[in-house]
Amino acid sequence: MSEQPNIHDISIGFQLPALVKRPTPRQLVQYAGASGDFYEIHYDKDFAIAQGLPGVIIHGALKSAWIAQVVTDWMGPAGSLRSFSVRYRGMDVPGDALTCTAKVVEKDEVAGIVRCEIELADGAGVVTTTGEATVGLPGR
Amino acid sequence: MYAAVGVIGEQKTAIIERGAIIRFAEAIGDTNPAYPEVAPPTFLRSLGRAVPDLPDAGSVPRALDGGSEWTYGPPVLAGDTVHTATTLDSLREREGKMGGMVIADYITQYVNQHGETVATQRNTVIRMGVSV
Repeated sequence: MSEQPNIHDISIGFQLPALVKRPTPRQLVQYAGASGDFYEIHYDKDFAIAQGLPGVIIHGALKSAWIAQVVTDWMGPAGSLRSFSVRYRGMDVPGDALTCTAKVVEKDEVAGIVRCEIELADGAGVVTTTGEATVGLPGR
Repeated sequence: MYAAVGVIGEQKTAIIERGAIIRFAEAIGDTNPAYPEVAPPTFLRSLGRAVPDLPDAGSVPRALDGGSEWTYGPPVLAGDTVHTATTLDSLREREGKMGGMVIADYITQYVNQHGETVATQRNTVIRMGVSV
């Protein structure tokens, strides 16, 4: 964990530390169990292919957990996630390396709030998922 | 189908279990030391929700998650009781590459044992006639 960020030292354009995930089919099964989403396209290859997919695909909700994590990893124990959104543009498959990046695009120093734009890109650099987050940060 | 707009699904109640948070954090690969005393932001999805029925949706049987917007209140803590209710907020029809689509927006409200709204989720579900 890095140092606790504060509202005064963070400026617009600041890039949050990137988060890299290398999901495996095993992780998709784990997520299916933990989340209760047992749609077969996420763990049954024959079923997924019969649906016209290249193979099993990653749960959108699992990607949304990472869109949130890139922010919660950075904001520290004194930060608070006020809101976040996620939009799925394309699917992702296990075995690929997925990178979440985020940057600060707005800041309200009086309210102690920053807004971040977030992207999740696949191994080829294609952005498959986008999001936004509003984060409360402490003062110095 | 439009008659379902504004309908609220069955309210569900769940206890936030420490073990369930541990399994969820492991599944997403998040080692944040705040867990499992606090639940991760998307943990609430795992509580399940009762989505109101969408009558006459037979021509668009396939549902795809389009995304969500979450707004958070006080943190969700292990041991909390959370009540969940989902409303069908809006419906739109669109002609897509693969035929007719119905886009449904659901709003789920998560309220804890103190009556505080811990989260509100607006979830977009895209329904289609053909595979994914």
